[in-house]
Amino acid sequence: MSASAQGPRRGGGIRRGEARAGWLFVTPAVGLVVVFLVIPIVLAFWVSFSDWNGFQSPLNPRVNFVGLENYAAITVDPGLDQQNFGTSVRNNLWYVVFVVPLQTIIALLLAVQVNRAVLRGRGFFRTAFYFPSVTSTVAIVIVFQFLFTASGAVNAVLAFFGISGPNWLNDPNGIFHNIAAGVGITSPPPALEAAGPLGVTWWDWLAGPSVAMSSLIVLAIFTTSGTFMLLFLAALQSIGAEIDEAALMDGSGPIRKFFSITLPMLRPTLFTVLTLGLIGSWQVFDQIYVLGGATAGGTISTPAFLAYNTSFDELKWGQGAAIAFILFVFIILLTLLQRWILKEREPGRRRRISREPDAAAGSVGADPADRALPSGAGTHEGSRS
Amino acid sequence: MLIAASGDAESTAVQEALDAWGAETGNTVELILANDLVQQLGQGFAGNEPPDLFYMPWDQFQTYAGQGFLEPYAEDLANADEFLPALREQFTYDDQFYCAPKDFSTLGLQIDTDAWAAAGLTDADIPTDWDGLTAAAQKLTTPETVGLSFGREYARLGVFMNQAGGELVDDDTVTADSPENVAGLEYAQSLIDAGALKFPQDLEAGWAGEAFGLGKAAMVIEGPWINGALRNDFPDRKYISVELPAGAGGQSTFAFSNCWGIPAGSPTLDVTTDLVEYLTSDEQQLAFAEGFGVIPSTESGSAAYAEQFPENAAFVAGVDYAASPVAFAGAAAAITDFNSQLEADGLTDPAGVLGGLQTNLQAALDEANG
Repeated sequence: MSASAQGPRRGGGIRRGEARAGWLFVTPAVGLVVVFLVIPIVLAFWVSFSDWNGFQSPLNPRVNFVGLENYAAITVDPGLDQQNFGTSVRNNLWYVVFVVPLQTIIALLLAVQVNRAVLRGRGFFRTAFYFPSVTSTVAIVIVFQFLFTASGAVNAVLAFFGISGPNWLNDPNGIFHNIAAGVGITSPPPALEAAGPLGVTWWDWLAGPSVAMSSLIVLAIFTTSGTFMLLFLAALQSIGAEIDEAALMDGSGPIRKFFSITLPMLRPTLFTVLTLGLIGSWQVFDQIYVLGGATAGGTISTPAFLAYNTSFDELKWGQGAAIAFILFVFIILLTLLQRWILKEREPGRRRRISREPDAAAGSVGADPADRALPSGAGTHEGSRS
Repeated sequence: MLIAASGDAESTAVQEALDAWGAETGNTVELILANDLVQQLGQGFAGNEPPDLFYMPWDQFQTYAGQGFLEPYAEDLANADEFLPALREQFTYDDQFYCAPKDFSTLGLQIDTDAWAAAGLTDADIPTDWDGLTAAAQKLTTPETVGLSFGREYARLGVFMNQAGGELVDDDTVTADSPENVAGLEYAQSLIDAGALKFPQDLEAGWAGEAFGLGKAAMVIEGPWINGALRNDFPDRKYISVELPAGAGGQSTFAFSNCWGIPAGSPTLDVTTDLVEYLTSDEQQLAFAEGFGVIPSTESGSAAYAEQFPENAAFVAGVDYAASPVAFAGAAAAITDFNSQLEADGLTDPAGVLGGLQTNLQAALDEANG
């Protein structure tokens, strides 16, 4: 290895100049990454520590370094900026708490259904479920706006059952507050009245997603389930028919088979889906932008939207960049978490593979996760590229 | 030149004016229609390539002027003294008249004449004060139609606070929680209690104009833009626009206006000021008025307009006592929060929502004043 690596440097033979050629070939890609990723990120990092107001280049001499002022304004200094940031984090947190598990479960169920050999018109269903994912979010939001207006289709259907629906996209009431009001609690108990983190009271942290945000949660599940269904489907199809047969021979019913065999074999894909979902839902922007962001009593604003709004409308570019950076760091941490969880599985896999001959000798499919893991991991890599 | 046109009528009219000016002076102007004006302006300024001339929205004006984005050219215009004082004041920052008002709108009271007649009301009943408004709104309220509707936001409710004699900012002090402002909101709440006022959201309408067009509200408070909207969507609705009734503190309305912004240090300053003079001349403004229904921003222009379009005379009359909505740098966030509070909590506790506004607005004002 080391000899061949040093080969070109010694300047002899057929591999001469290979390293230089290699650099030449990757230059366009590196150039693109530097121009469109590295420079903007470094510049945004600088802006988040500066008082740049959006006039001329952020590197012009009138721009001053203000230290952590922008970060302090949204995290520790009491005031409207902090409160807006806190509210947007609250909104987004509830959004994530609902969207990620629901979209994963629904995507998995859909994938299992369209993977069944007996299902007629599988192709049709696969396309139908995937369709919302290839449609632009903006188009879907506009359709949802019509469906969810006070006199829209959703409320018309509810009215048919004698239910008077809310004004979905404008209703700022948190659903947990609504439930609490249902049992007679309309004002915060003294314990929750105190200000919690980021200038938002504990009572408001616990409000749950507003009715308006719930509509967006439905929308997100509707649009992204199809994509994740596709990931699950690819993983499901790599599970060999012989494993199904073996499970059948061992006498497991469909439910037992799903939980004891299919689900463990889908683990790597499950991790991918959960992490992608987590990252995607922390970055939600399109829907909010189309709906105007400030509607529904500020309960649909998210950090991503707030960063945009602070920068463009209030010309506080430093503060906007600071919000974007907090979000960026948060998402990086989530990505590292995903890496860590996936890495954690590798020693286990090697250990199990070494055991495999015994298991195979014992009974076929007794521990199906053994063989599925490598193939599952392969699918996972494929789906990411 | 970057504009955000309300529709084809506006872009066509502006393009025609530019062509005419170009033919006269030999200059060429490229007209760009913005999808999202504020975003595109921000991008232009950040990239150091701002448009030579653009629509400057009133709510962003002070922020832009305060950050030194704008060239204070308006004082040097040949027709600088002809603009209406209220508009001149709106585009003055730090005692400098920055940019020429393009046109303006004020709020008026629209009355559905069919509903009016059906309720047995006559011309003598047209409300001139709050009592008259309450009486008319109550008479006009039927199971299908509410007497009065307008957006639940500062840009409408603020009018009532001003009519009660209140104001949000008095020099360097914020007076949002003054008794007058509370009285303004309490009056609106009294209309709600009487069942005579409902907000568009409660009428399943996107805005008051839609509720009016649908016949769900017999009176609304909107500006001249309602004319175009009703003509397009509800051509059968018959209505008149009158001046807003007076409150305890006299008459008041809001004036909204955009101005012709020129970026600071613009290399084309001479040419663009010439163009602004051309675009704000009385003939040209009246041509715009015919083209897309805006009201000229000059004294003589608006007077001529009131004669030519008597149905809109009430909007012109309003400019005499119109106030500018609060729009100093940083105020927007406080106002947005106030609107959110109104949406969440309603008007039942006027002192409470105004207290929050007081705190936020004072913080913003302190920051704006450094």
